[in-house]
Amino acid sequence: MTAPRTVAESLRAKFETAFGPVELVIVDESAHHAGHSGARDGGQSHFRVRIVSASFAGLSRVERQRRVYALAAEEIAAGLHALALTTLTPEEAAKQS
Amino acid sequence: MSQASDQIAKDIAENDVMLYMKGTPVFPQCGFSAAVVHVLSELGVKFKSADVLKDPELRQGIKEFSNWPTIPQLYVKGEFVGGCDIIKEMFESGELDTFLKDKGITLENVQ
Repeated sequence: MTAPRTVAESLRAKFETAFGPVELVIVDESAHHAGHSGARDGGQSHFRVRIVSASFAGLSRVERQRRVYALAAEEIAAGLHALALTTLTPEEAAKQS
Repeated sequence: MSQASDQIAKDIAENDVMLYMKGTPVFPQCGFSAAVVHVLSELGVKFKSADVLKDPELRQGIKEFSNWPTIPQLYVKGEFVGGCDIIKEMFESGELDTFLKDKGITLENVQ
């Protein structure tokens, strides 16, 4: 396996390993935030992330997102500005659709 | 305890609904902060806010205090409720009304 090249690829690899998600969507929305104070040249600053994983069962929203943020700590330190997060269990995701 | 964490502990003890945000409720400096202000206004919740852009120590301090790396952050009765996504999700599901009412917060725009 080659080293992840983009922030999205790097996040994807970490989330796959940590959560074993049944659904994982990572969208780079940096372009929508261009010119905003948190944006940076080259983008990769703003992402929308949806994770559906059985590992979230029994955890509050805050606990779930803390786990996601903990995994993204390196990327955040390197300039990732915002993750818009949806963190669901498979049961919750089924109810939503 | 740093000065910032003392101030935060005091803020969240003295204010039932305390929002740490970028900018002010009238002039939010970030879309995520604006979204939370919008939700609170929609429900008619009175809240106190602190602008982290005015105070670099507070900006870093609140992240450490809450163990949460992003702004905005909402506290209700001293309890960390979440950031923008959590507040929006709870608002859309109606859970936020119930949560706030259970905490004894007045919602002026909700029966």
